[in-house]
Amino acid sequence: MAGTGTAHLRQSSEALLQVTNLHVEFPAGGGRTVYAVSGISFDIAKGETLGLVGESGCGKSTTGRAILQLPKPTRGEVSLNGEDLTGVSDSVMRERRTDVQMIFQDPISSLNPRRTVGEVVAEPLNVWGPKNKDEQWAKVSKMLDAVGIDPDVARYKRPHEFSGGQCQRISIARALVLEPELIICDEPVSALDVSVQAQILNLLEDLKAEYGLTLVFIAHDLAVVKNISDRVAVMYLGKMCEISESDELYANPAHPYTQLLLESLPVPDPTVEIDEGVAAEGELPSPLSPPSGCRFRTRCPHADEICTEQEPIMRRVSGDHFVACHHPLIEVDDVAVSLTA
Amino acid sequence: MTNTADVRLGSDTSDTGPLLVVEDLRTHFIVPAGAVKAVDGVSLTLERGKTLGVVGESGSGKTILSRSIMGLNVVANAVTTGSVKYAGMELVGQSPKQMKHLWGVEMAMVFQDPMTSLNPVVKVGRQLTEHVRQHLGMGKADAKEVAVELLRSVRIPEPEARFDNYPHQMSGGMRQRVCIAIALACGPKMLFADEPTTALDVTVQHQILNLLAGQQRDRFMTMIMVTHDLGVVAGRTDDIAVMYAGKIVEKAPTKALFADMRHPYTQALLFSIPKTNQPKHTRLTAIAGRPPDLISPPPGCKFAPRCPYAQDRCREEEPVLRPADEFGHEFACHFPIGTPENEEAFQRNLDAEVPQTLAAAGRVQATDDLAALEHLVQVAKEGDH
Repeated sequence: MAGTGTAHLRQSSEALLQVTNLHVEFPAGGGRTVYAVSGISFDIAKGETLGLVGESGCGKSTTGRAILQLPKPTRGEVSLNGEDLTGVSDSVMRERRTDVQMIFQDPISSLNPRRTVGEVVAEPLNVWGPKNKDEQWAKVSKMLDAVGIDPDVARYKRPHEFSGGQCQRISIARALVLEPELIICDEPVSALDVSVQAQILNLLEDLKAEYGLTLVFIAHDLAVVKNISDRVAVMYLGKMCEISESDELYANPAHPYTQLLLESLPVPDPTVEIDEGVAAEGELPSPLSPPSGCRFRTRCPHADEICTEQEPIMRRVSGDHFVACHHPLIEVDDVAVSLTA
Repeated sequence: MTNTADVRLGSDTSDTGPLLVVEDLRTHFIVPAGAVKAVDGVSLTLERGKTLGVVGESGSGKTILSRSIMGLNVVANAVTTGSVKYAGMELVGQSPKQMKHLWGVEMAMVFQDPMTSLNPVVKVGRQLTEHVRQHLGMGKADAKEVAVELLRSVRIPEPEARFDNYPHQMSGGMRQRVCIAIALACGPKMLFADEPTTALDVTVQHQILNLLAGQQRDRFMTMIMVTHDLGVVAGRTDDIAVMYAGKIVEKAPTKALFADMRHPYTQALLFSIPKTNQPKHTRLTAIAGRPPDLISPPPGCKFAPRCPYAQDRCREEEPVLRPADEFGHEFACHFPIGTPENEEAFQRNLDAEVPQTLAAAGRVQATDDLAALEHLVQVAKEGDH
């Protein structure tokens, strides 16, 4: 889209999480408003990984946090297992958070430096799990084992004694210890070296298979997202541009923005010619006063009057591939257009 | 920019032969526990107008290498030995006062973080003119003209208006453009780009890399690009040097390197990057372990503790860079990739259940802690019984 619409949502009974028309706005002083997220809809089936990609400032992290009601979205619906989380009381929400956990970008600062690893991973259990220390340790050591950390060695050590990759494993153990259904990973590998990044991505795939997890994977690196995701949603300035099964999205991008992102990606192969024409110029406009119509039009090579006047809505390209663009790069399915009208 | 070029002609450096010859360069940081051997015997030659990519993980010494060449390691506990000849001139042992005449005019650096490498309380215009006035002795009005022209050449829209901006009024990409403009201000012949795009979005990264390539062509600069991302250097460098634990382990013309990787570390680095032409959920080949302690590195090959092919010889005898073959390909390995010895070594390690070999073969999860890896192998074995 850089537009709105819900044509791409599947039957709600299949979805573990369904986000409909999500808006997140922040006051910015002087009576102005930051439109961080403006009408995002998506759903995730159980056991699926949804990748959210886009440049910094496109609202992908805000979307992830809004699912956990941190903060509560301005408008819209977030339904987990059919229950709308935006409407529930704070105490019910606390309980629901055991089903949805989060992994953050910076593995070192997201662990309390004064606690031992045993305490850090047991912390969620202190709130919701067994209070008996032996029972807790049984769970904690099982989790640490699962993420590739020797529990007996790590138990009394503190986070600073571990490398960045090890700390990220500990954060993952902490997120898993309550056996959540959904994990929101907010740039979990951006701060890590390529070699460690590969270890963590492999680990997430293994854990997903072992514990039947559903993941929202937020990242700006398209290659990382493609590797781990079943479906990928491309975001731009608070709107969704395109959503599709990931192999299809990378093979046949329909939105000019998706194409721009893919063409900007450095390829580790010197025989591939670098096209210096793409990504010509331009940066993300301010979310304080987003452009009218399609939000991507200020940087889009195909933009014309209709893009200024009308906001594009989600239309089907094929199968599970949807795009919000007035001038998509591949033809859209007309039947689906009438369905959304 | 013509006026700065005129001034540059006045420098007394010779114009023939390679621009940069580094021989056995070592930078050690003396700390209470011993000497941190950040750069430990690096030799390289760089021809004029060429681009060298220096690649490695964090802690491989790639940043310290470029800072050592430029003489920027001014901390009291840094000891640099060896030789750096820039256009025939010896740089090791020069004081910062003497180096000052080279910085900016002959060699300049673009740093990783555009958010912190600009002074936040000084307008970007003055940060540019400061350079030109100091090094080229220009007047205020001339300097401003040059600065606006520089901002335009790095494609900053409305350069006159941007001249009066503070850094916080600009986006990350714009700030990196300003940093590049500052580096280019006095027309250096040699540009160091230290992870210039790591902090930027992929679209902005593409713009900045294109800008650097264009400026390099227009100004016939020699460039060293330091990065951890093989993708960034693949299409944009003439040669690549792969660093590990302060040493160059493989060096080759870019195309030769990618076509025929010989060092297990280079191969492991490439394999661990996810690629968009692979189907989703493709299992990545991760490298187990992490770079060694640079105070007391292991004897023998520094990569041996993590290498799936390592044999006893690797743990005892340190391999040296072999002389270049016909393609200019150098590498330091006893069991290079693509040889029967390498395949035998892998099979032997697999049979002996060496943890890092099992990890490379995907039998157990690779972790960056080798002790934890042994634990995992143990767990996997117990699972089998």
